[in-house]
Amino acid sequence: MTVLRYREAVRAAMIEEMERDERVYLVGEEVGHYQGAYKVTEGMLDKFGSRRVIDAPITESGFTGISIGAAMVGLRPIVEYMTWNFSAVAFDQILNNAAKLRQMSGGQLTIPLVLRAPNGSARQVGSQHSHSMEHFYAHIPGLKVLAPAMPADAKGLLKSAIRDDNPVLFMESETLYGVKGEVPDDPDFIVPLGVASIVREGTDVSIIAWSRMVHVALEAAAELEKEGISAEIVDLRSLRPLDEETVVRSVTKTHRAVVAHEGWPYGGVGAEVADRIQRLAFDELDAPVLRATTLDVPMPYNARLEQYVIPQAARIIENVHRVLYKS
Amino acid sequence: MSLTITPTAALATVWNAVLPPEISAMTTLTNGDDLHLSLYRKMFQIRRFEEEAARAYAQSKIGGFLHLYIGQEPIAVGASAALRPDDYVMTTYRDHGLALARGMTPRAAMAELYGKVTGCSKGLGGSMHFFDKEHNMLGGYGIVGGHIPIAVGTAFASKYRGEDRVSMVFFGEGAVSIGDFHEGMSLAALWKLPIVFVCENNEYAMGTPLSRTLSVEDVSLKALAYGMERDRFNSEHVLQVRDRLGEAIARARTHSEPTLVEIRTYRFRGHSMSDPGKYRTKEELEERKKKDVLLRSRIELEEKGHKAALEAIDKEVEDEIADAVRFAEESPEPGPEVLEPTTYAGPFAR
Repeated sequence: MTVLRYREAVRAAMIEEMERDERVYLVGEEVGHYQGAYKVTEGMLDKFGSRRVIDAPITESGFTGISIGAAMVGLRPIVEYMTWNFSAVAFDQILNNAAKLRQMSGGQLTIPLVLRAPNGSARQVGSQHSHSMEHFYAHIPGLKVLAPAMPADAKGLLKSAIRDDNPVLFMESETLYGVKGEVPDDPDFIVPLGVASIVREGTDVSIIAWSRMVHVALEAAAELEKEGISAEIVDLRSLRPLDEETVVRSVTKTHRAVVAHEGWPYGGVGAEVADRIQRLAFDELDAPVLRATTLDVPMPYNARLEQYVIPQAARIIENVHRVLYKS
Repeated sequence: MSLTITPTAALATVWNAVLPPEISAMTTLTNGDDLHLSLYRKMFQIRRFEEEAARAYAQSKIGGFLHLYIGQEPIAVGASAALRPDDYVMTTYRDHGLALARGMTPRAAMAELYGKVTGCSKGLGGSMHFFDKEHNMLGGYGIVGGHIPIAVGTAFASKYRGEDRVSMVFFGEGAVSIGDFHEGMSLAALWKLPIVFVCENNEYAMGTPLSRTLSVEDVSLKALAYGMERDRFNSEHVLQVRDRLGEAIARARTHSEPTLVEIRTYRFRGHSMSDPGKYRTKEELEERKKKDVLLRSRIELEEKGHKAALEAIDKEVEDEIADAVRFAEESPEPGPEVLEPTTYAGPFAR
């Protein structure tokens, strides 16, 4: 075990997989000479050279399409977007080509591709740079979507993603890059896709979260404990495939659920989780499943308003009180 | 030899304009008649395949969209004659011609149109999404221009692996205004990738003539801004198409440099089966049909004394297409069990 920051764990996964498999390469804006917009790829150009660590011009649709084409004929590209926000201009490539080529070709083609970037809110970066894109992408059959909260999971899941034969979208977070945690050194350590983790055990309510919101949920749980409320936290880690068994098992124990996520409340992964709980554990529920989400408006720049719009621990606590009929 | 076209040449625009000799001169037409006969056979196979497809479509045996390549056959056939079997090709939704030219069987093609499990894409792709990995025909794509970066990616992979494969991507002049065309061109030139961009300029982006979609009528000019080599010619003979594309292919294979090639052509049918083509006159269409390159090959081969061989080809192709139709009619449809394994490699992610 080594204590690594989240960004170092992501980097370690890429380095190990690139050392392991010549077909794996990295492409994106500022990934090479600049050492990464968020320093995730620092040192990788020196280590692997410009053949395998490739600086791309600002052409998200272009280099996404190119990576899909390269994957189609046997390479295993890792694409870094500066943030997931900018993947929107490559949306057609992801939706119509990455996700569909296998099916349209009758199963002749496989697209082993990883798309990765920071996702969700950062700090006062305004409405165009604060999107939670997992909700758009998890909707699409043919894609897999991961959103780890912890450095060890970031490393283990990214390694699984790189070894997967499907397009895998890997959601990081600018506000998580500095988070430290113990990470296994073993190059064979991987975290399988579609397995949630219980990051805090509890008995009164299940809080289901992913990515940065797991840390906010932990904060909320500490506050709730002071009131005598025992919250269990399910870190989904993987949004598609989604580990509904672990969610149902937790809800069967607590009988109450709050889904906490960044991103708007209309539809999305939180609504999907709520639907699965009501379908699969209806008789176990003592209250409706509630969601603590970003408010239903574009992200404002103003710092106070931004904090008001983003889901905070207080919003999770408020929803926990409601499912416990304590408000 | 430089392929760069002079601005004067660029002004020679219409199909039957008198082009300067360096543009219009057809090279190596003295190739063996056997080759010409085999390319004629392929063009004729595509023509007859699509005529029968149109008939089946009219009988509602084929659904969705059906975009016919009739009139443009020499391009796919000439290109395939210039390429190696291990080279990668991709095209638009008007993809039957290229698939057959690359070696897809009429059976697999017709069965795909009928939505049958024996089709090239198991009946999941349809007319617009023919794929044949075995022949490195990596697809027909339904979003205009969206396949251009994908094709550039296959060229990237060849260069990454140190292979001398070439990629060739086909698109219409309607695709050259969209971003993916420019991003693909820009990156192919920047990274010096072994690809040939082939613009099949059939003069109409669906129903809109080139004069109302582009600010310049010479599509090959788009290469200049990317520092890319370019070529431009009328599709007048299948061997000429082969030879002109052969030069761009050689540049890609030998020097790993991309080329934009504009080939002027004409489709004799509407944009798709649902298009009556009211945006062009009957006279224009009849005039163009007189310049049918397929017919030109036939006349030329007849004049060279190959009447018997042509008649044999007629018979073989008719039998082949009739067999393909029968095969498609009799084949089973795909069942729901094909859906999940074709959506994900490995376990389904839900």
